[in-house]
Amino acid sequence: MSILVLAEHDNASIKPATLNAVAAARKIGGPVEVLVAGHACTGAAEAAAKVVGVAKVLIADAPEYAHALPENLAPLLVDLARSRSHVLAAATTNGKNVMPRVAALLDVAQISEIVEVTSPDTFIRPIYAGNALATVQSKDPIKIITVRMTGFDPAPATGGSAPIEKVAGKGDVGLSQFKGQELSKNERPELTSARIVISGGRGMQSGDNFKLLESVADKLGAAVGASRAAVDAGFVPNDYQVGQTGKIVAPDLYLAVGISGAIQHLAGMKDSKVIVAINKDEEAPIFQVADYGLVADLFKAMPELDAELAKGRRP
Amino acid sequence: MKVLVAVKRVVDFNVKVRVKADKTGVETANVKMSMNPFDEIGVEEAIRLKEAGKASEVIAVSIGIAQAQETIRTALAMGADRGIHVLTDGELQPLAVAKLLKAVVEKEQPKLVILGKQAIDDDCNQTGQMLAALLGWPQGTFVSKIAPDGDSMTVTREVDGGLETVQLRLPAIVTTDLRLNEPRYASLPNIMKAKKKPIEQLTPAALGVDVAPRLATLKVEEPPKRKSGVKVGSVAELVEKLRTEAKVIP
Repeated sequence: MSILVLAEHDNASIKPATLNAVAAARKIGGPVEVLVAGHACTGAAEAAAKVVGVAKVLIADAPEYAHALPENLAPLLVDLARSRSHVLAAATTNGKNVMPRVAALLDVAQISEIVEVTSPDTFIRPIYAGNALATVQSKDPIKIITVRMTGFDPAPATGGSAPIEKVAGKGDVGLSQFKGQELSKNERPELTSARIVISGGRGMQSGDNFKLLESVADKLGAAVGASRAAVDAGFVPNDYQVGQTGKIVAPDLYLAVGISGAIQHLAGMKDSKVIVAINKDEEAPIFQVADYGLVADLFKAMPELDAELAKGRRP
Repeated sequence: MKVLVAVKRVVDFNVKVRVKADKTGVETANVKMSMNPFDEIGVEEAIRLKEAGKASEVIAVSIGIAQAQETIRTALAMGADRGIHVLTDGELQPLAVAKLLKAVVEKEQPKLVILGKQAIDDDCNQTGQMLAALLGWPQGTFVSKIAPDGDSMTVTREVDGGLETVQLRLPAIVTTDLRLNEPRYASLPNIMKAKKKPIEQLTPAALGVDVAPRLATLKVEEPPKRKSGVKVGSVAELVEKLRTEAKVIP
């Protein structure tokens, strides 16, 4: 039986999170199919067909799927799930919204935010904000799974050429209506897929001071994030938040600036390959997970870092 | 409009959890327990709806062992009107909780059910969505603002790229995100008053719900520890190490 992956997309293209979910599906084994449910979403389906390891792309192109409303999307997924062994989605806000609805309609459990596939029915998932890892085995006939992106290296986005097959829409169930969205304008890479992330904490003292991070971020091609403390203080919007209650990231390099390192924050970034902490408090818990720690006043250190990077590589 | 709020008793968010030596779970004996923080936000929102004249009654429901009553008392002290405790022992998974809540909803007929978006112990983030599915109701998850208006409600959701606004037909399910509100502390007089508020006790058998777990936990382990790093003396040294040792910047 095949494995279905729900694509994360914006109708025109697929989001990187889809690639991590496909990678998890390939680890389970069996033919991998990707569902692109959206409206005017041919572009996304074509992109999904190029992902390495995808055997088939299903496209459900209908107005009721334009905004991924879970009330409309769940019945479609339930129908498709019945003839498949697993249905996976990346643990994005979309995936987390719709998948439990699908699981309940099928009367099966959901396995949330897996970070490892042990066997086709056994998975590892973090609990207690990542302070423990649980190995769980599903006894249900269909496994409904969300995938923590940082647990799986993305499948290559190009190189495949899967056929695209149309699936009929199931109509609008009329329970909910999309009214609008305010997406943050951001020229920088997305937090969850950036290779380098620079985050600021309460120590930044104001939203204005995030300019210090942005300047460095632009030199490194990095995304800018924040701790929950900085978000709660109103320095930056909530979609900057890295942590258990925000985004989970695992870049090659994570720079924590003026962040003390609450458990909550560590849960969102401690799987980063290299962690750098800049904090004037040498007792700050962030130094316990940092590969490189600099005890310094960030208002002095950040301009210095900016200048050092501007110099470029020394001969 | 009657509002139902689900509250879960969890290990307090300030406690550093320890994995048990036999790898069967985490240590919960002699550990401080509290109401799940996202549920606290749910209780606060329900009470604010009542204070604004938009809710007629706030009912706090908790499912679990006898001590779950303490969590219900906390909700009553914050301002909920009465409690329902579904007494269970043994492990409960989100699907079973959703089925029990569905039975309570059918009994109480609320117009709105508010849940935390996830519990900070199992981190599942499922119960609200599952309850909505079982009831055939719309769901507003990860919500930072709610505005009921007659037969419908407009909710603002925290999504990956920013905010999304959705209109839900009532009755509906809402799950809370952090920025919905800041929960109040219960005052001493209200804590005293809460002791007299009624808590009804039910059981899964009485509600006709099978709560057998669907997932078997084979083991629970500590995550691998990061090896401790080094302190650098200056920004120049940091950049040098990132370039030549870690090789993460050009």
